[in-house]
This record gives sequence, structure tokens and C-alpha cells, in this order.
Amino acid sequence: MKKVFGRPKSLTKDPFTYCPGCHHGIAHRLVAEVLDEFGIREKTIGISPVGCAVFTYAFFDCDMICAAHGRAPSVATGMKRSKPDSIVFTYQGDGDLAAIGMGEIVHTANRGESITVIFINNAIYGMTGGQMAPTTLVGQVTQTSPYGRDPKTMGYPIKVAEMLSTLKGVAYISRVALSKPAYVLKAKKAIRKAFQSQIEGKGFSLVEILSTCPTNWGLSPIEASKWLEENMIPYYPLGEFKTPEEVS
Amino acid sequence: MAKIVVDEERCKGCELCIPACPKHIMVMSKKFNKKGYYPAKQVKPEECTGCAFCAMVCPDIAIEVFK
Repeated sequence: MKKVFGRPKSLTKDPFTYCPGCHHGIAHRLVAEVLDEFGIREKTIGISPVGCAVFTYAFFDCDMICAAHGRAPSVATGMKRSKPDSIVFTYQGDGDLAAIGMGEIVHTANRGESITVIFINNAIYGMTGGQMAPTTLVGQVTQTSPYGRDPKTMGYPIKVAEMLSTLKGVAYISRVALSKPAYVLKAKKAIRKAFQSQIEGKGFSLVEILSTCPTNWGLSPIEASKWLEENMIPYYPLGEFKTPEEVS
Repeated sequence: MAKIVVDEERCKGCELCIPACPKHIMVMSKKFNKKGYYPAKQVKPEECTGCAFCAMVCPDIAIEVFK
């Protein structure tokens, strides 16, 4: 018997520190598998964010830097420019990328920096205890929107993938989910294409991954996956928003 | 012939593998692991096709698949 599925080499043996059922672990595995498949682990530099995924530096078995909150794209820019042969990726949540780091991500994308961004969108602040994020859905109850998000005073959820795909420096943008095996397979393909865009020097690439936060949504992991499919996917449609012809 | 191996100490008992299994042969164990979670286990191993769907949705990479 041959092992057909196991832990990718680009991950360390450390157990993940995430809550039961959190999709971060699946996203980590997909990124690590892509690093393995391209054989680029030795020249990859990952930038970890502030948020639940801050310990990403302990989980990926490649060079890692931990950036200040929201500043991962700027750190990635510096690494890529000083070491142009390296493969640089950032791994950021929605509180990191879409709130405090919105300026950094927009300008990094607009400059067309050749980096890959893995953006985890779970519509809430996870680590800090379930506050409203820019991506929180209208009507969604969080610690800081106890009566549901009201767009009159709190604005509308930001569609990061669509917004960034209008910028000229961007090569590849797609949105995927991880709530069932078919979505996981599609997510892997999207992450592969994003890294391929970078390897071929096409420009900025981003994969937005819709993810669950069972703990702060107050749901079981299975209910959370269902909630994601029923509420998040209709507002955040899955698919590719921008592809360079050679990568698609 | 296929089989899966669940790392009981890595499993956090999230149960995501249960609806993912097309053969409905994943269940939760009745005894808990060192962390206090009830880990997943497989019943009727002869029915396993090695599709790896359970492993694909496992957030803790606690499942290995052999074929």
C-alpha cells in the first residue's frame, strides 16, 4: 500500500493552534502542497499576519517573517525587491488585510508587485473575540454589532477580490471556498495558478478564501460550513476575477 | 483496497469528515484523546474507497490515506 494523502513537506510537525473546524488548517495544507509541487520551498519567503494566523511562521517549513498588523504586503514588497529570485507570499485575514491593511494591499496590488497573497475571509475578527470586520455581512450579529450589521451606520461588506481586480497591476485574482471537497480541489487549483503567475513574473496575485469561524459565529463546524454556503457565497461569488491568458 | 489512518492526538473532533465521506463510514470515537476531544474513527474499513474526501476537509491533517 502506498500513501496517497498525508502531511505536505512544507509544513512542520507542529499541531495547528486553531479552534476545531477552523478552515485555516486546510488553507495551510493547500499552500504547502503547492510549494511542494513547484519545488520552491527553499526559495520561498512567507509573511505571516497579525490575527489567528500569526503563528503561521511556526507551521510553514520555509523562511517566514511576521509583519506588523496589516503591513504584510509592504514587507513582502521589500523582500521581493531585495531578493527578486525568491517566491514571496503573504497570508492574511480579513481584519488584517481589509481593515488596518487596506492601504497597503491596494497600493501593493496597484504597483503590480510580483507577490502572492492568500486572503482568508471569515467575515469576522477571530483572534480578538468576534468583532465586526469590514467583510461582515449585512445583518450579521457580532460582538460590536449586537443587533446585526446596519449598513446605514456601518457600511456594506467590502468585496476585496472584485475591487482589486479593477487595478492594472494585478495578474491573477480568484475567490474560493473550503466547505466541501469539491471546493477544496478548486481552491488548490486557484492557489497553484496564483503561485504560477508569480513564478512567471506576471505580477500581483491574490486568492480570497471564504473560511468559517465556528467559535465566533457561535455555530458547530458543520453548521458553520452550511452557513458559509447559504450566506457568504451568495454575497461573495466564487470564481476567477482576473487571469493572465498564459496562466488560465 | 484502501485504508485511512486517523492520528487521534491531532484530531480535534470537529466532525467535518463525517458529512464529507460518501460511504458514511466516519463516526466519532466514544473515548476522548489527551486534549479532551472525541476523535474521528472509521467503521466498516472494507467499504473505504480511498477517495480522500475526509482527509481533504480535515483542518488538522489528522488523516492519512493509503491505497
